[in-house]
Amino acid sequence: MAKQPAIELKNITKVFGKVVANKDVNLTAYRGEILSILGENGSGKTTLMNMISGIYFPDEGQIFIDGQEAVITSPKDAFSYKIGMIHQHFKLVDVFSAAENIVLGLNEGKYNLNASAEKIKEISEQYGFELDPAKKIYTMSVSEKQTVEIIKVLYRGADILILDEPTAVLTPQETEKLFNILRRMRDDGKCIIIITHKLHEVLSLSDRVSVLRKGEYVGTVETAKTSEAELTEMMVGKKVSLNIDRSEPENVQDRLVIEDLECINREGVKILDDITFTARSGEILGIAGIAGSGQRELLEAIAGLQQVQYGEIIYNDPKTGEKEDLRNKTPMQIRELGVRLSFVPEDRLGMGLVGNMDIVDNMMLRSYRKGKSMFLERKAPKDLAMHIIDDLEVVTPGATTPVRRLSGGNVQKVLVGREIAASPTVLMAAYPVRGLDINSSYLIYNLLNEQKKKGVAVIFVGEDLDVLTELCDRIMVIGSGRITGIVDGRTTTKEEIGLLMTKSKQQGDDCNG
Amino acid sequence: MAKKEAVKTVREPLFHVVKRDDLPWWKAWLIRVATIVIAIFLVGILSVVVTGQSFGGTYQIMFSGVFGRLFEGHTTMLWKYLQEIVILLSLALALTPAFKMKFWNCGAEGQALMGGLASIICMIELGDKLSYPVLLAVITITSIFAGALWGVIPAIFKAAFNTNETLFTLMMNYIATQIIAYYVYIKGGGSNVINPVSAGNFPSVGGNDYFVNIMIVSVITVVMYIYLKYSKQGYEISVVGESQNTARYIGINVKKVIIRTMIISGALCGITGMLLVAGKDHSININSVGGQGFTAILMSWLGQFNPFIMVVMTAIVVFLRLGVAKVADTALLNSSFSEIMVGIVILMLVGCEFFIHYSIKFKHKKEAAA
Repeated sequence: MAKQPAIELKNITKVFGKVVANKDVNLTAYRGEILSILGENGSGKTTLMNMISGIYFPDEGQIFIDGQEAVITSPKDAFSYKIGMIHQHFKLVDVFSAAENIVLGLNEGKYNLNASAEKIKEISEQYGFELDPAKKIYTMSVSEKQTVEIIKVLYRGADILILDEPTAVLTPQETEKLFNILRRMRDDGKCIIIITHKLHEVLSLSDRVSVLRKGEYVGTVETAKTSEAELTEMMVGKKVSLNIDRSEPENVQDRLVIEDLECINREGVKILDDITFTARSGEILGIAGIAGSGQRELLEAIAGLQQVQYGEIIYNDPKTGEKEDLRNKTPMQIRELGVRLSFVPEDRLGMGLVGNMDIVDNMMLRSYRKGKSMFLERKAPKDLAMHIIDDLEVVTPGATTPVRRLSGGNVQKVLVGREIAASPTVLMAAYPVRGLDINSSYLIYNLLNEQKKKGVAVIFVGEDLDVLTELCDRIMVIGSGRITGIVDGRTTTKEEIGLLMTKSKQQGDDCNG
Repeated sequence: MAKKEAVKTVREPLFHVVKRDDLPWWKAWLIRVATIVIAIFLVGILSVVVTGQSFGGTYQIMFSGVFGRLFEGHTTMLWKYLQEIVILLSLALALTPAFKMKFWNCGAEGQALMGGLASIICMIELGDKLSYPVLLAVITITSIFAGALWGVIPAIFKAAFNTNETLFTLMMNYIATQIIAYYVYIKGGGSNVINPVSAGNFPSVGGNDYFVNIMIVSVITVVMYIYLKYSKQGYEISVVGESQNTARYIGINVKKVIIRTMIISGALCGITGMLLVAGKDHSININSVGGQGFTAILMSWLGQFNPFIMVVMTAIVVFLRLGVAKVADTALLNSSFSEIMVGIVILMLVGCEFFIHYSIKFKHKKEAAA
């Protein structure tokens, strides 16, 4: 079987500011095969594919299509090379029909929807799609919308298809159906590239797997000759020692007891299910999982920002010994109960801080209500700002600089500094070191450790498994909104966590939701 | 990293637009001031072309159109100029808290008309029943209430159903206009005019009819500046406007802030309506606000939501409006000429913000340097 390379990437590098998203990536995909791109969050999978589909332009390196060097500067160029990308977030016009969306932007000469509908039907029959061309997008289910996206690129004659996490939004049955279609396309000689981090899908679908880690290309293996364990190791890499201090937990008490928590997102999909765990004082509880597995919703549910369908969030007050149920209380009500809950959200400038306000005004976010006066008191926040700038070595022209002008690390110092200044009893931090340089990261680890020693119950949502295994006392792993395991941070391995992360719901117990 | 072949740059765009946020404030203001100078210059040139006047003559006419014979000691025109400024300024100030919250209140026109309607109703119906001070108090309260009502209705819908406030407030303008038309029709006996009412007029101070209006708006300007910058409510408005997520995160009740702020915004529009009716026209018709509710939107923006900068901006725009109107008048052109010129100036002022927020980078230049 002499395979023809459909697309070759050579030494592709892409840098965003200081962040290297892809470094010297080499990759080949052949016609008549399904290639999986596997990697953790932030390993550069999507960036790489966006360069092939013309959304980004590589800083260095070359792309070859059928052996010819290609310059792809726009999605239109990508289509002229017969490359079609199906994005994770669909790009469809809601009020248009399927057929209208499919022909949108095409210049076929005459605009004839009936002819287009015929062609859509042909494609559908060829590969086994089920689609009514006249159906409006807003009446469609998620999987139908995905079908429209796939047919859209096929209609344009694509024979290199890139699918970005196509199964993230599908039920197991829909996934199986999609896989059958993809296999049929492969047999038809198309080149299919699928981005995923679900191991069992990789193994059941693809012919070869290429693994990326932290923007770098690790290697390619044939699916038939590999195992989950090997892939996990390629994905998470060898253990790197970070030398983060970890003291023994002292004076451990149950601070926050979460029982049977269940949340539903706006689309009515269960985003958290059956979550039961305890956060203890004097301990750092790590939360690991693929991005979007429900970490954000869990923290927001505790903070009173996410509606809870079912379950309990019990807070044990260390002073009074009383138990308070925080479920469905607003952040205001939680604070009025005397619960000192600090929260460093993932979206620093969009939620934790106000980018256009200066450091002083951002300090005030937590405290401005104090006092009966209808006017603001800027003295205390100003002192706090100066204090944080000194203590945490925030690099800023001054306390009156808008925080969006600061670098990522300094923004985070301001946010974490403010949250710690409230002397919390529970401190939740979501990806607090994302995008930070080494020094800032260690500063944050130290701050979290200090809080732990003070008897704060720290909840740390992280993505770097090396950090999680060195910093946390216990690590809770969640996958698809469920807890897949709670392990001891001192004895666990990256591989164990990696496997728990990729362990998704079993096919059986998902049928009734 | 070993040597790599250079990537072809065949079809890269010639230039691209880059967002910048590092422009020092004085440079930003330099761009703005330069734009104003160019705009006034451009208005002069266009006037010369259209009217055939000399260049200097045009500006002379413009100046006399605004200040009259001020240097000969006649202050009438100056007071009229100030009066025009404060009406526009008052509307801009009214819109500012809403805009700062990113609630696009396009209903200043209607809210002011409703305030004006409340005033005229009080003046006509209660003019002979109440003593003068009581009448003034009743006029003030009802105008504030009417404006606030017209402002809070869209806010409630926004808070409850997330309706689009731009369209909603805009539609409310038409309803207000029709109500005014109806009222004028009844009271004017079908003549479309209500004869000036003498009851409930603002007192004239030192022989000046506009003094009270000017004082009221001056006070509002200062109060609004303090409210936005130093009050807790003003701070909440900023947080909600910058990021509703942050507002929710720190426990601000976003819906409450939206409704409260629109009550303030509407109430201030209502006050403007009162200034127009009780302080200036002593009558009402559907054109009483005359589109200034929309110009005020731009004034609020151009003033960067800062009341004191708004004073300068409205002064410039009103100067051009009155000045060019005089130029047009002298050359026997109609008022459209003045409106076109003011439109051009505002367009330029809005356009210059682009160069403050973005810079244009030429790709090949950068590459040559590298």
